[in-house]
Amino acid sequence: MTEPLNNGRFGNFGGMFVPETLIPACQELEKAFREAWGSEDFRNELSALLKDYAGRPSPITECERISNELGYKVLLKREDLNHTGSHKINNVLGQALLAKRMGKSRLVAETGAGQHGVATATAAALFGMDCVVYMGEVDIERQKLNVFRMRLLGAEVRPALSGSRTLKDAINEAMRDWVATVEDSHYCLGSVMGPHPYPWMVREFHRVIGLEAYSQCQDILGSNPDVVTACVGGGSNALGIFSGFVETDAELVGVEPAGGAAVARGIPGVVHGSLSYLLQDEWGQVLEAESISAGLDYPGIGPEHAHLAETGRARYEKVSDKEVVEAFQLLSRTEGIIPALEPAHALAWMSREREYLSGKAVLLNLSGRGDKDATQMMEVLG
Amino acid sequence: MTLREEGIENTLLRVISDGRKCLVPYITGGFDGYLEAISAAAEAGANAIEIGIPFSDPVMDGPTIQEANDLVLSAGVTPLQIIDEIASLDVDIPLAVMTYYNVVYRFGLERFASYLSEAKISGAILPDLPLIEANSWKSAADMKNREAILLAAPTTTQEHLEEVCKETKGFVYAVGLLGTTGARKELAESAKIIAGRCKEITKKPVLVGVGIGAPDQAVEVSKVSDGCIVGSAIVQQLLDGGGPEAVGKLVAEFRSALDNG
Repeated sequence: MTEPLNNGRFGNFGGMFVPETLIPACQELEKAFREAWGSEDFRNELSALLKDYAGRPSPITECERISNELGYKVLLKREDLNHTGSHKINNVLGQALLAKRMGKSRLVAETGAGQHGVATATAAALFGMDCVVYMGEVDIERQKLNVFRMRLLGAEVRPALSGSRTLKDAINEAMRDWVATVEDSHYCLGSVMGPHPYPWMVREFHRVIGLEAYSQCQDILGSNPDVVTACVGGGSNALGIFSGFVETDAELVGVEPAGGAAVARGIPGVVHGSLSYLLQDEWGQVLEAESISAGLDYPGIGPEHAHLAETGRARYEKVSDKEVVEAFQLLSRTEGIIPALEPAHALAWMSREREYLSGKAVLLNLSGRGDKDATQMMEVLG
Repeated sequence: MTLREEGIENTLLRVISDGRKCLVPYITGGFDGYLEAISAAAEAGANAIEIGIPFSDPVMDGPTIQEANDLVLSAGVTPLQIIDEIASLDVDIPLAVMTYYNVVYRFGLERFASYLSEAKISGAILPDLPLIEANSWKSAADMKNREAILLAAPTTTQEHLEEVCKETKGFVYAVGLLGTTGARKELAESAKIIAGRCKEITKKPVLVGVGIGAPDQAVEVSKVSDGCIVGSAIVQQLLDGGGPEAVGKLVAEFRSALDNG
């Protein structure tokens, strides 16, 4: 995967569609990131943090029982075992370290399921920075545990009360905050979306997933997996793992919730800083995504995913909430691993496509653990 | 030629050459009574009017305009409906729409410019379309002789500010503070600074918007700028149920303050 061109374009997608107020901040961030990413000191410092603080490398688990049940080889990249319970920590440690290097004293973040918010609050605590996390009022209700964790970590959680009161509205609020506080604050965006350089930078911070997985697969399989799959909301964990295999012949499959399938509907649009596929009505009003998983409740998708879809290098499938609930139980029961609802989407696709996948080796990015979803699932499963 | 057809830049330049300050109120399109409010504002001495086309994710707008936005959107009013209604509105000052880029993108840039032209709307302000992404829209607007009004922010670098001033049509929309739209208790320091920086560069009208909520603030900022845009304070009148009458009264207060300030 290469660097985006021309104000952050991946093919026809991406860009820097933000108010003029934020243009200097985006440009400054691009410059700072480019410089840091080329610096051995920065890379070493981040690698040490990822190893000694976050617990990387994350293992790959070969899953015998679920493999037997599904009829093909299942490998899990265990991002659920990272500190704070998801892949989000990779990006957040990178951005917090960069923010510190840029002299910023405050982190602003949005969160859907709360995983990115928890990760940001964690990094802020670690670096002694102030932290404000915006979260949709609806999500605050369904992710109470993560709200408590963020507050415990010293972050201020502010509800987003407008629109659908979910992730997209939390992003609006975070951007409004950043417009007003740009001089001392860094917007720690949680996915491969937003204005350039975020889609590129966040992918680079998650590239470690793909790099590790590639060499782990060589050790385990002696080759590449046939299929690499991951759930896609904005799409950060998917790009992280795809980046290790995009140059190979492995098939790349992103899985979206049926109620938030931006790629499947295929209408380009501009929101939150970039041009990508977007759920919207005929007038360009952004529609609310609907999913059982707060972390995938996003009407858009990262611009690089739109590019991968348009060029055919990756394909994007969708699954229903019902299939997700079944997959959530399946992995818990067969492997003793309770997945987050987000990666359970990719597993749901795997479970549905048994025939197609028969005899293959499939690598799933298990992007997070399911503790945060336990309360919600208790209600669903009764 | 009527003022409405003469366009924003020419009209405002004439106001300035007459030794007066420019007053541009913002009114949320599609809001109950907004057409009458536009007429009342024109009657009360506005030099041009900015009409908001509500968008689902207005990142540059604060609570007041968001609230009006949400009411219009939940009533199911479409952008085209607003443009059509403005087309048949009998008011003789230039008009601009303010909306977000995705609304324009979804129409198709050239198609949107054509609709503006047919409705005798002089130009558009798109706060999430910065100059570096604005080339396609500027060309589409130029082709239909519409004014693509660009924004300058307190954070804008000197080099970039010169580009904005060079490329904007209609006027330079100088953003008065770091933040979203909304009335503030006091005029931000940054308002006069950004106005001054723009005035040093360009002969085009320089109007300050965002954070101008009271007549004394308008007078104060217009000591440096050529005038101002007043949004949330006006929209608040509509939200409070004051209707076109309250809008007209508030615009008249700003007008009188600017003329006597």
